[in-house]
Amino acid sequence: MLDRAAAVLDAQPVLEVRDLRVHFDDYDGIVRAVDGVSFQVMPGRTVGIVGESGCGKSVMARSILRIVDRGSRVVGGSVLLRRRSGVEDLMQLEPDSRPMREIRGREIALVFQEPMTSFSPVHTVGSQIIEAVRLHSGSSRAEARREAIRQLEHVGTPHPGYIMEQYAWQLSGGLRQRAMLAMALVGGPSVLIADEPTTALDVTTQAQVLELLHSLQHQSGMALMLITHDFGVVAQIADDVVVMYLGRVVEQGPADAIFHDPRHPYTRALLSSMPSVIAKPRARLATLPGAVPHPLNRPPGCAFHPRCASAIPGRCDRDTPRQSVVQPSHSVNCHLYHEADPT
Amino acid sequence: MTHRVRSAIGPVARFICRRLAIGLLTIWAISVLSFTIIQLPPGDFVSNYVARLSQTGGVGTAEDVARLRADLGLDRPAYVRYVHWAWNVLHGDFGRSLDLERPVSELISERLGLTLLVALGGLFFAWVFALPIGIYCASHRGSIAEYVLTVIGMVGMAVPAFLLSLFAMYVAFRYFDVDLGTVQSPQYLDAPASLGKTVDLIRHLILPTAILGLGAMTRLFRILRANLLDEIGKPYVVTARAKGMRELALIVKYPTRIALNPFVSTVGLMLPQLVSGSLIISLVMSLPTLGPLLLRALLAQDMFLAGAIMLVLATLTVVGMLISDLLLAWLDPRIRLQY
Repeated sequence: MLDRAAAVLDAQPVLEVRDLRVHFDDYDGIVRAVDGVSFQVMPGRTVGIVGESGCGKSVMARSILRIVDRGSRVVGGSVLLRRRSGVEDLMQLEPDSRPMREIRGREIALVFQEPMTSFSPVHTVGSQIIEAVRLHSGSSRAEARREAIRQLEHVGTPHPGYIMEQYAWQLSGGLRQRAMLAMALVGGPSVLIADEPTTALDVTTQAQVLELLHSLQHQSGMALMLITHDFGVVAQIADDVVVMYLGRVVEQGPADAIFHDPRHPYTRALLSSMPSVIAKPRARLATLPGAVPHPLNRPPGCAFHPRCASAIPGRCDRDTPRQSVVQPSHSVNCHLYHEADPT
Repeated sequence: MTHRVRSAIGPVARFICRRLAIGLLTIWAISVLSFTIIQLPPGDFVSNYVARLSQTGGVGTAEDVARLRADLGLDRPAYVRYVHWAWNVLHGDFGRSLDLERPVSELISERLGLTLLVALGGLFFAWVFALPIGIYCASHRGSIAEYVLTVIGMVGMAVPAFLLSLFAMYVAFRYFDVDLGTVQSPQYLDAPASLGKTVDLIRHLILPTAILGLGAMTRLFRILRANLLDEIGKPYVVTARAKGMRELALIVKYPTRIALNPFVSTVGLMLPQLVSGSLIISLVMSLPTLGPLLLRALLAQDMFLAGAIMLVLATLTVVGMLISDLLLAWLDPRIRLQY
């Protein structure tokens, strides 16, 4: 708790993404999956990264750890990680180098959407957790085993000794995701990136896992980066929100501001398409027309303008909107909030 | 507890028992089949024998022929002959070769060792090379080395074994002074077993084994490469990477382990293929394996010999299948615990 208090006091971001650009080669050309994304992750806080599928959220998460698939490459920007030894730019490290591998799992851990396929089907859950323990400590098999069981207990799995001997496909969805979390936490990371961690779960399990994430974060003071398409999930645990559209940030700010004073038409559209208990009965749920365009056919100007109800003809379809600060720490990239550039 | 104990023995024991039973049933079915196939061509050993006799000027009277048939039991109905044959086989008596006039078991046993040696050697060769090459090709997709290896693989698959054998024999004789036309150098032929003799044997067998294994190897490595490429994109590989594992270590530990499944299940098919595939190579390099003997027995309608060899090949197939099933169960808990 002292650590956490100290971390909050000095208020330096533990992870800072600056103008990150990730491209990958498609058959038809270069896809700009992440196109100049910047945001900060503060220790002990939760950042929700929100957007429809295909917005580059997952690619961004993997780029931070330098585990993007073959054919993708980080073409610009930096990811600054604050460690005990100082600040390090992860984009300057070689993907398969020892310093980068030591950051994975120990400083920044990753939890995926599908715990079923994220575990190897032919290795026991225990052996995979033990492996994670031993990758980051010189402990013996027996010590690593005890540590793995301790972690499983920590994330609230019943009969951890039994779970250790099971294969992922023998466990329920909720247990699998808990085991996944245990594996991610063995290195004591300062940042946990959870990529759609609850999407594959049913609603009650979803709530349990979110609650667990929240309490684990509270205990350890780590930062949580939660990637999701579901504003409902964000509403439950996020402190800050980053809204992405086609590889770019369109709006970011504290969760309160985003929920109660959304500025970008895309954020508003996402929020109004959320079912609500205070809505009138039989009221139709608003839908966002169209779909996310393929990144290869990115619309000119503001990429959202073809789907935007308030688009300004001649401006939104021509100029890329710059960032406007609407409140301290609340910013939006939209032509509605700043004057036209003098041309 | 919701699930109850289904039987006294564990799932693994049940799995093995079932596979063994299926294997025995298969061997029996194949014994019937091979016996039938031997009977299919018109004529029998005696008519063949008489034809050969008359070619060389000898004469066989009708009574002689009938007596010979009766002596050999060829006048009785097929199913009686089958039961008789099968009964004797169960007691280790495979009958006498009608053509070579020696006990079949003797003929087979003196060639079985070399046959197995060459086949298992070929299998070993195929595995040892296919595994690293397959892993390399999958993890270095699109590199020049991968293209070169793929082309070599294609050539290895396309060039007929006899051509390779002839070429290898020429090279071995011309440049390494090894005569591949024999299994042993002349000075060791009747010598007692010694280190020198073993080395000499290995020297003679390396090339035929390699040629035999090459075809299997190219097929195996292409299977492994394709499976590995499927597996390498799976989320559990990304998880392993996110844990901080070294790239090579994680590829060998996770996707390769799963891509091995089809690799292992081909062992059962490879073994008999290698035994019968050695026929042409054995003929060209005059290796005394079962292949040429089977060919000769079939041509001469030497039914006891041909039937016995087929039975041996079938048993090898079943044993190969059993081994690959057991290996699969050992490798993959999904098979072991769910079936």
